[in-house]
Amino acid sequence: MNVDIHALSGAYAVDAVDDLERARFERHLADCAECRAEVTSLRAAAGLLAESSATTPPASLREAVLAEVATTRPLPPVVAAAAERGRSTRRRFPALVAAAAALIVVGGVGATVWHPWTDDAPGSDQATEQTYTADVGSATVTVVRSGDQATVSTKGMPAAPAGKKYELWLVHDDRYVHAGEMTGDASQVLLEGDAATANAVGITLEDVDGPPEPDLDNVIGTVDLEQA
Amino acid sequence: MSTLPPESAGTPRGVPAGHRGPTPSEGEHLAELLRRSARGDQAAFAELYDATSKRVFGLALRVVRDPAQAEEVAQEAFLEVWRTSARFDGDRGSALSWLMTLCHRKAVDRVRSAEASTRRDTSYHQQNQPVDHDVTADAVQASLEAQRVRKALDGLTVVQREAIELAYFGGYTHTEVASILDLPVGTAKTRIRDGLIRLRDKMGVAS
Repeated sequence: MNVDIHALSGAYAVDAVDDLERARFERHLADCAECRAEVTSLRAAAGLLAESSATTPPASLREAVLAEVATTRPLPPVVAAAAERGRSTRRRFPALVAAAAALIVVGGVGATVWHPWTDDAPGSDQATEQTYTADVGSATVTVVRSGDQATVSTKGMPAAPAGKKYELWLVHDDRYVHAGEMTGDASQVLLEGDAATANAVGITLEDVDGPPEPDLDNVIGTVDLEQA
Repeated sequence: MSTLPPESAGTPRGVPAGHRGPTPSEGEHLAELLRRSARGDQAAFAELYDATSKRVFGLALRVVRDPAQAEEVAQEAFLEVWRTSARFDGDRGSALSWLMTLCHRKAVDRVRSAEASTRRDTSYHQQNQPVDHDVTADAVQASLEAQRVRKALDGLTVVQREAIELAYFGGYTHTEVASILDLPVGTAKTRIRDGLIRLRDKMGVAS
């Protein structure tokens, strides 16, 4: 345990840290069960301080909250990759009009020819890292696949418009399986699900609170994972 | 801080206060409401709102001070609770703690962004005197829970209480707290942590 950073647990628990300290401490938390437990308990204690401040809110707050809730879909739980694989059969979609592996670009991004390349000859060891890149508009999308895992990095990806986000999908033949999301330029987003058997990675632009199915009219692009 | 009458914040279900924060039955009940919310049950969420809105709004108000902004913060917090209810993990703290943590973060983000410059111009003493107890004294009477909290606060040293007050209700970073209290950098974070640990142990929050 790093004594110095451990001392930040109290300040972190009550949000008395700046953004850099928060990021640093959260990296530490990922590896330190002791700090996680301490933060949990200190947050519980801090939360009780608010008992002394309880104040009846205006009735308008209740109306506003419940009205908003009525039109907002709760997010799905965060599931582990294994669970995601099991779930993928439930995420079935109508067959893509175009072949999944083919590039689809709509929304004014402009069709581009993908230029995937790999470090290795096709058919080489699955665990070997393979890299595919493609241009999406002015952005470059890189998919690195190693065994059943893959990451997506982008360069020059514009921030998603307000209320929108990019969703990442592993495309298995005619099925888009949700694999992650990003709001703009991203570095090494680890995709959920089995990348080994995927034919392509798709990127769509979706409403932040949209349904869990891909909006196939808003496919920004797909990166073919089969060409080599 | 308002002079509104206090809420029987800790025990909305009529269960006498136990020794560890919201009674276990309240905690379980709130967790159940959250789980039902995650399945899209709006009635459960409305019940969750009714059980916690005074605490959530009160915390937002205490931090941001402006009632209109506090309302916005509370609304954002509740919406976030609804959207992310499926991600609540009962193994990592109580439902109430999760909710208050979420609200606190929103309130702190609010004061640090929009309001930061003007708020920081006002001196600490103008805004924070008297520190802690006296500010909340009007709200302490009725709730057993609040009395227990106050007792626990009494167990802290004055400087610990001051540091926690500035951090939690003032929304200041530990570095700012150090500056406000003329402490060397690093001392405030220790006080905040030591104070919270003592508070936790006195209130019997499981560690």
